[in-house]
Amino acid sequence: MENVKKRNFLLARIERLGASIIEAVEGLGRISHFAGRVFYWMFKRPYRTKLLINQLYFVGNKSIFICCLAGSFTGMVMAYQTYFGFKIINVDSLVGPVVALTLAKELAPVLAGLIVAGRAGAAMAAQIGTMKVTEQVDALEVMGISSIQYLAVPRVIATTIALPMLTGLYLFVGNAGSVLVGTKALMIDEAIYLNKLGEFMFMADIWQGLIKATVFGFVISLVATYFGFQVRSGAEGVGKGTNLAVVWGMISVLVLDYFLTSFLVHIL
Amino acid sequence: MLSFDKPAINMKDLSKSFGEHSILKNLNFEIPKNKIVTILGFSGAGKSTLLKHMLGLLTPTSGSISVLGQNLEELEEDELRHFRQNFGMLFQYAALFDSLSTYENVAFPLREFTKLTEEEIFLRVQDLLTSVGLEESSYYKLPSELSGGMRKRVGLARALALNPRIMLYDEPTTGLDPITTKMVNDLIVSMAEKNKDRGMTSVIISHDVKASLSISDFIAFLDRGSIVEYLPASEFAKSENELVKRFINL
Repeated sequence: MENVKKRNFLLARIERLGASIIEAVEGLGRISHFAGRVFYWMFKRPYRTKLLINQLYFVGNKSIFICCLAGSFTGMVMAYQTYFGFKIINVDSLVGPVVALTLAKELAPVLAGLIVAGRAGAAMAAQIGTMKVTEQVDALEVMGISSIQYLAVPRVIATTIALPMLTGLYLFVGNAGSVLVGTKALMIDEAIYLNKLGEFMFMADIWQGLIKATVFGFVISLVATYFGFQVRSGAEGVGKGTNLAVVWGMISVLVLDYFLTSFLVHIL
Repeated sequence: MLSFDKPAINMKDLSKSFGEHSILKNLNFEIPKNKIVTILGFSGAGKSTLLKHMLGLLTPTSGSISVLGQNLEELEEDELRHFRQNFGMLFQYAALFDSLSTYENVAFPLREFTKLTEEEIFLRVQDLLTSVGLEESSYYKLPSELSGGMRKRVGLARALALNPRIMLYDEPTTGLDPITTKMVNDLIVSMAEKNKDRGMTSVIISHDVKASLSISDFIAFLDRGSIVEYLPASEFAKSENELVKRFINL
């Protein structure tokens, strides 16, 4: 009797695990299909330039302040932390390049990506989700307008363009913060600081971050618009869709970062 | 079942299933040109699914549907999108674009699908909004600033912007007070009258028996995916069908 109970319990667990795997694979299939539709409509006329500019303004311009704020503090904190670690082994002159390289390759694209996923990704999912539950998406389709072309394509292109730019800004502001703290608060010689920066920092390092940011931008917006279109019912559905868009947008950034790093370190 | 010469919409043995769940069952249903046809039925009877088939938003599991003589299944995706310009649709809650003003909502299809100048668009929008009884003071209001009845009027003006040959109404009076309900019903009739010379057909999905009897030319009753009654409106109230009798007397 006890054995039968244990076996049933085990079987139920395996069944649930199997169901979760199937659901995950199905979800991946659905989002891949959605990505295919976005690509298909991306290259079809009419090109909606006005909508693209609106989205560039929303995703890009409206994220500038928060990226500058986060970037400057990241650079300043990094400078402090690195300095006190490096001082022990007497290499505090390397604070500049270490902060710059970390920002260029990792922190700038990842943190800017997380900011955009939280700010713009959530808004995208909520906007499309609300349009879905209020039949505005159906209204577009009934008029013969592709809702994917009208709603998803401008958002995906805009985020793919804007995120590398925000990453560049994040990197610049982060380094400015690091230089400020390094030379004014930690009293590292300014000439040495900048000289070392030039010695260890190359364009390839910056490219690595920008390539990552481009991929992150595409994936964040794809995930956000996908979950927007998946919204089914009412305010609760919109909330759930927004939540999923942010969570999966952020997870995608972190997971993709590993794979992109392992790929890019070999080619750049 | 009623049959017509060159119907606007013609469904032959139309069935639709989602997985094992059968929604529409072997539907043979013709909607005549230039008439107002109402499809009544309980919730979950398949009315919305039927409407989506008319628009080509869903494809039948078996059978066929022709609109204005064109079998929708023969159309490619792009052709189908283009073909949908033959339709106008008034949604249950109007489905106005909430970021656009009244004027912009009505101008939207004109900007998308015509080469009219801004001046011509203004005149057309003005004409449409006047025909649904809206004054210039509401042109630049957002949908959130409009009452339910006004939103319906704007939705109707937007739906009529491209001179559709088939006008679909999805539960147009649901959630409205009796006065606004009468106003919307009067608008449906007046728009049908106004566009009669173009041969515009109106299809209404509704629960409202009383209004349907007064504004429709024909009424069909859909139950669990089948048309169980289809009669001229004048005869519908005398139907011997038990379900229809029950529905009318609710």
